[in-house]
Amino acid sequence: MSRALVPSLIANLLPWRLIAVLIALVGFGVIVLYSSAGGSMTPWAAMHGVRFSILLVMAIGISFLPETWLRPLLIPAYITVLIGLIGVELLGFVGGGSQRWLDLGVMRLQPSELMKPAVVLLLAHFYAMLPPGHLRSWQALWPALVVIGIPVSFVLLQPDLGTSVAIAVGGLTVMFLAGLPMRLFIGAGLAGLAALPVFYSMLHDYQRNRVLVFLNPELDPLGAGYHISQSKIAIGSGGIFGKGFLNGSQSHLDYLPEGHTDFIFSTMAEEWGLIGGIFVIGAFVMILRWGYRVAMRSPSRFGRLAAGGLTTTIFFYFAINLLMVMGMAPAKGIPLPFMSHGGSSMLTVMICIGFLIGIDRETKASGRSPY
Amino acid sequence: MKMPWRKARPSQPVPLITEGMQRMTFNRRALFITGAQTALGAVLVGRMAYISVVDNERYKLLSESNRVNLTLIPPRRGWIVDRYGKALADNRVALRVDIIPDRLRDRPRVIARLASLLSLDADALDRLNRDLDSGGGAQPIEVASDLSEEAFAAVSVNLPELPGIAPTRGFVRNYPAGPSVAHLIGYVGAASAEEYQASRDPLMLTPGFKVGKDGFEKDFDASLRGRPGARRAEVTARGQLVRELSTQPDVPGEALQLTIDADLQDYAARRLGLESGAMVVIDCRTGGILAQVSMPAFDPNSFTDGIGRLEWKMLNEDERIPLLNKAVRGLYPPGSTLKPMVAIALQAQGVDPEERVSCPGGYRLGNRLFRCLGVHGPVNMAEAIEKSCNTYFYAMGRRVGFDAIAPVAKALGLGQEFDIPGTNQRYGTIPDSAWKRRRFNQEWTQSDTLNATIGQGYVSVNPLQLAVMTARMASGRNLIPQLELGRATAEADPLPFPVEHLDAVRLGMDMVVNANGTAVRSRLDVPNVKLAGKTGTAQVRALDATRGRGGSWRSRDHGLFICYAPVENPTYAAAVIIEHGMGGSRAAAPVAKDVFTFLYDREQALASLAALEAGWGGTPTERLARRYAAVKAASDGVSSAPVPPADPTAEDQQ
Repeated sequence: MSRALVPSLIANLLPWRLIAVLIALVGFGVIVLYSSAGGSMTPWAAMHGVRFSILLVMAIGISFLPETWLRPLLIPAYITVLIGLIGVELLGFVGGGSQRWLDLGVMRLQPSELMKPAVVLLLAHFYAMLPPGHLRSWQALWPALVVIGIPVSFVLLQPDLGTSVAIAVGGLTVMFLAGLPMRLFIGAGLAGLAALPVFYSMLHDYQRNRVLVFLNPELDPLGAGYHISQSKIAIGSGGIFGKGFLNGSQSHLDYLPEGHTDFIFSTMAEEWGLIGGIFVIGAFVMILRWGYRVAMRSPSRFGRLAAGGLTTTIFFYFAINLLMVMGMAPAKGIPLPFMSHGGSSMLTVMICIGFLIGIDRETKASGRSPY
Repeated sequence: MKMPWRKARPSQPVPLITEGMQRMTFNRRALFITGAQTALGAVLVGRMAYISVVDNERYKLLSESNRVNLTLIPPRRGWIVDRYGKALADNRVALRVDIIPDRLRDRPRVIARLASLLSLDADALDRLNRDLDSGGGAQPIEVASDLSEEAFAAVSVNLPELPGIAPTRGFVRNYPAGPSVAHLIGYVGAASAEEYQASRDPLMLTPGFKVGKDGFEKDFDASLRGRPGARRAEVTARGQLVRELSTQPDVPGEALQLTIDADLQDYAARRLGLESGAMVVIDCRTGGILAQVSMPAFDPNSFTDGIGRLEWKMLNEDERIPLLNKAVRGLYPPGSTLKPMVAIALQAQGVDPEERVSCPGGYRLGNRLFRCLGVHGPVNMAEAIEKSCNTYFYAMGRRVGFDAIAPVAKALGLGQEFDIPGTNQRYGTIPDSAWKRRRFNQEWTQSDTLNATIGQGYVSVNPLQLAVMTARMASGRNLIPQLELGRATAEADPLPFPVEHLDAVRLGMDMVVNANGTAVRSRLDVPNVKLAGKTGTAQVRALDATRGRGGSWRSRDHGLFICYAPVENPTYAAAVIIEHGMGGSRAAAPVAKDVFTFLYDREQALASLAALEAGWGGTPTERLARRYAAVKAASDGVSSAPVPPADPTAEDQQ
């Protein structure tokens, strides 16, 4: 018994298989970043590994927060992040054509990133508290719309279309999973479709350009379509087995822009080919499947809704990024989680992972699982 | 429609939602989401497989064309050499700086830096900026060419801070004899937009590549051009060179050998001096053209890089028309140089060369007196040629009629266009009654015959035709003139005239120079070599009190001279025309004398040329340069000169 008990304690302490997949994926990211820097650990690869290690410890720390402690903190946390977001509007400095960072002196904090898990968790908390009978009432709808609407409006002002969609998608997923009437989503979908032209007219010029070029990349192969066409050249020229480690000419000769951030998948695919792509996509499938299993197994309604929303947030990054690098979505400035170099997005994703691990632990601790 | 239950909604008990139902809804919807996501994942894998497997070849190619930068190396142009292999046109090393627009970063700074390194003037900067605005891409744009070693080194050293700048060591066309060969060889220049449109050859856009624009350079462009080389290099998106991959050398164009004697050509050109005129020297044995000169001329070297506005204006406005090749495109009344030909025609019509005509100083036709230049008394054919007696030819010409003379003129080459590539001839007029009826719808008159017989009136010829006529009369053979060496194969056929007829004319031409004729002052000072010739003075205006010698330059008579040597065994034949030279013996014959002297005694000829050039102010190249400097100085600050056309000599100048 005791021989089996100790391993089972360790096994239940953390989801080791998930962590192994994460380490493999991040490790691969380090290798790709090493190549992207022309065969150097600096400036990106080493930093990427260090950052992940610190954030993994943070995520594990978050996972030990019990649901009962966590939920009362959600409203103040949401308000704090919202104030940060507004602070960006007032204090943030201009970078890359849009205001996104809050300069804290030592690091640039992107409050919009933190807003993604904050919205998901707050809505999960809200629907978990809401009596089942009220689910079809107005009271089930308007608070959620406010919680999503305020941050989305501010992020749109920054302006950051990608992040505002990401926040909305996380929140809407929680609403969907909470069981709000289906006709609401269908109706909203149709209304959204009808509103597209109006929305389009409100876009900034550069965003409109991206949409136009997305619809027809040949429109401007040297200008706005340059990123996407170079990315497709990188992926396409890699073939099945790739050009080999450190042999990617597109990234090494700087034809591929943002080869270490948004377009890291293209950098990878050029050198590792379709095989590398299947490895990365496979790793994400494992992470996401684990996330949805955590959601389905959780005995608490908060846990189910939160896990579903957080996993969908990770999925959103992954899907939009890959659609973008393969020329199926406009260039949006959304990085690939675990691989792209950059602190803010990794922080968001690791916070999501931390909460997911925590929900998983509570499920295991409660000892009962519906499956 | 009224729905009462809606009003009572707060208290409405149904539908009741339990926690269990919520859980089922959650599981259903979570499965829906994961299903949708799995589908999207499959789409991603499928899309990636499509790009990297199905479209792999296409993207590989695109990636390679990104990585590898192909630069064309313009081929070295084939040399044009004279009959002894001496270069008439060759290539010299030239240092050039280009911009590759794709690789240019921070354009204002780089251009400003270049401008200071190369001391570019406002005009050059203006042109460069226009080129950069209109064309992008990997196609280099020329910034400056023919740089000094110092300027080139200055750019090369500063290359790291000049992205997109490419210093290049190339070749440019060089004409060692400059203006002397301008009309003979032609010149080269950058391809025009039309030329590029016609061929779509990217080589046309490569800086440093030139196409032939005139003369041999144009007509033999295809064989002279050669094949371009290519340099493959790996470059970054910012245009930095990573490494050279491979270089395929250019294949130089084929050499073209002409019948020209380069030294003779240069000598003849220089000897024409300040005059406006032309000279053609033909080898009487083969028909090969030894020299074909038209002066004044332009310097073809200055056309290579595109001629400046001012220089073009200077050439275009010169009344001596340096842009016209007078040797093949200048048409002149031949004057008395036509008389030997007429003498052959007279004999063919049965005129006895010993028959005498008395010259009282003119010839009366009806109530009009046709003047002779002197009172010669009774003259036979040879004496008539020697003294250039108009009366003899008026009388005899009237007897046989010009319709009998014109075919002989044509048989000797007048009025003919010769098949000589590299020349663009104007062939003039040998009139006859049919021609006049066709042209003016008028009947041929006796006075037309008299005028034509002494090479005036409707008759017009070019200097090349005169030289061919002389060579045919001297050799007795139907020589075909040519400029490409080795083109003549068989010996030319004899002319359809009896040798005695030709000898009678040759005697007259011998007497012109060596007895008491019109060109005795131009006898050769060469032992055992005698020159035979015939002077001609062609009226530009009707004879007046000044006899064509006064008034403005443009109203003076042309001086002509045809000749061959040696008398006994004709080897060389020539024709000289000095525009408005006021007389053949005075202006044209001395030039011919010196050029023929050069053929037999170079030292003597060069000594007399040196004395002349001292008076003229140097060689044609030196004079042209000095004149350009003067014009430039005079017009500094005034930049109203018209834009030179792409092909300045294409315009019909006369």
